Amino acid sequence: MTDAAPPVRARGLVKRYKEVLAVDHVDLNVRVGDVYGFLGPNGAGKTTTLRMALGLITPTAGTVELFGRDPMRAGARALEGVAGFVEAPRFYPYLTGRKNLQLLAALDANGASERIDEVLEIVELTPRAGHRVGGYSHGMRQRLGIAAALLRRPRLLILDEPATGLDPAGMRDMRSLIRRLATEGITVLLSSHQLPEVQELCDRVAIVDKGRVVYEGALADLRRQGGAGYRLRSTDDSRALAIARAQPGIESPVLGEHGLAFQAEESRVGALSLALGRAGVGILSLTPELATLEDLFFRLTEDGHGENGEVQHAALAGAQHLVERA
Amino acid sequence: MSAAGAAPAAPLLAGPFKRAATATAYRWELRKLVSQKRTYLGFGLAVALPLIFVIVQSLRHSHDHGENIFASQITHSGLATPVLMLLFLSVFMLPLIASLVAGDIVAAEDGNGTLKTILTRSVDRGQVFASKALAAATYATVAVFLSATVATVAGVAAWGFNSVTTYSGTVVSPSEGLLLIFAANACYLIPLFAVASIGVLLSTVTRNSAAAVVGAVGVTILLFIVAQIPGLEGIRPYLLTEQYEAWHGLLRTPTDWAPIWHSLWVCALYAGPALLTGYLVFLRRDVAGG
Repeated sequence: MTDAAPPVRARGLVKRYKEVLAVDHVDLNVRVGDVYGFLGPNGAGKTTTLRMALGLITPTAGTVELFGRDPMRAGARALEGVAGFVEAPRFYPYLTGRKNLQLLAALDANGASERIDEVLEIVELTPRAGHRVGGYSHGMRQRLGIAAALLRRPRLLILDEPATGLDPAGMRDMRSLIRRLATEGITVLLSSHQLPEVQELCDRVAIVDKGRVVYEGALADLRRQGGAGYRLRSTDDSRALAIARAQPGIESPVLGEHGLAFQAEESRVGALSLALGRAGVGILSLTPELATLEDLFFRLTEDGHGENGEVQHAALAGAQHLVERA
Repeated sequence: MSAAGAAPAAPLLAGPFKRAATATAYRWELRKLVSQKRTYLGFGLAVALPLIFVIVQSLRHSHDHGENIFASQITHSGLATPVLMLLFLSVFMLPLIASLVAGDIVAAEDGNGTLKTILTRSVDRGQVFASKALAAATYATVAVFLSATVATVAGVAAWGFNSVTTYSGTVVSPSEGLLLIFAANACYLIPLFAVASIGVLLSTVTRNSAAAVVGAVGVTILLFIVAQIPGLEGIRPYLLTEQYEAWHGLLRTPTDWAPIWHSLWVCALYAGPALLTGYLVFLRRDVAGG
């Protein structure tokens, strides 16, 4: 392991189950300090990829290294400084929360048992630590999963849907915790379906679909590439729509509840505002709107067989363009 | 989990890597066994059967002594009881008790998803497998000696701590008899460890507790059937089930070590490949459940 080795580096990762290609030549680059979002629809291959990263399943082809070490070759040593869980964290239901942590701390060695009280405090499970895990709610088990991960003093935290099953307050607290861990220098690889959560927390993302990475890079770049949108409120939205339609470079103008939405390059927006002024239409507000992660996610991952086939085909073509540019 | 408001924790930075000891993993395997109700099912059988035997025999007025020398001494010495119990339980019940845990020890973790939990800590797969195999062997050992202890205490309480006549017709003192009885139980552990090894193998390969338990017991039954097939007398000495009686050699004067040494290497031929195969499967398997 060298200091320069990235927390996660996957190259050409493939996992095939007989005829099913679960993971198809996935490359990942998680850098030190990243809060890295790993997104994809159900069955896209996210969890299989994370299992390979943690050495739980053997890749059919390709390699994955954690801080420069391949879990398939280095075994437990490759997980040095790495913690987390895939799918739901699992514990021994007949043991108490504290006993579970004691067991895991014993398997970690390295003085992990001295941190049990501290991590229980962090996830606010101290009052229930003496109760059997079999009686824990889903949210409490998620929190115990985080506590078990923190026992290892990780430099890389791999979390698979950590907010699943949590109530809104629990989700907010989970986000706060992840933010705090990131500020303490822990690199976080976060697999999530909660797109607003990823948008809020992550600086870099990989989006997988049907086992392949369809985008990997900075979230900000993705949103910029998604096209700059604008929203216009005017004294006469109907006339503004007609003017926008006639104006070169103004794409997809649509009149909605909150005014006129369209896409355009910045120079074209200036021309539109002048045209509106000449026509006597007053501009109440003109605000740029970046594409949301949700918009981009669906553009990148939905195929063209839905109800709005044509729109989705167009979206897919646009997404393909984004990937090529990325 | 209000992390934002929580007191600042110590810096969460990794220290130098230190692998957990296999002894630690083994100790925790035992603690897990102790914490599970199903563990006590086997122990319950190991305790209940000798008690039932002694109670029933105490209530009977006449005893059919049969051909066994220890059966003929049942009311003369309490030390005959643990020998008879070993004779009865060694055929089916103790292999079943050993299989209950051996067949469950890997498969249950696979089914519960806890295998992935422990395999993402600082412990290698080989260590986890070794600790589980050792825990299964420990459970079998405890069950055998628990049964022997209960049978001895109950037998002595019912019929006294008297001298006993061994298979060779030699009368041995109560203290020597007691020593021989526990040595005989220790000797019986040789084939029982082989049964447990097969249980661990099946538990690893099938990932199904019930299938592994039934499979391990099924192997024993199958070998008993094979032993009865005319024309297969030549392989009989090499069948695992034939080794269940090797301990008889200890209850002779002088001690007949031949069946015990034979049992040792024959059982090694069953246990060795079973454990090696289980180990290799465990090292390479995908942990995809849970």
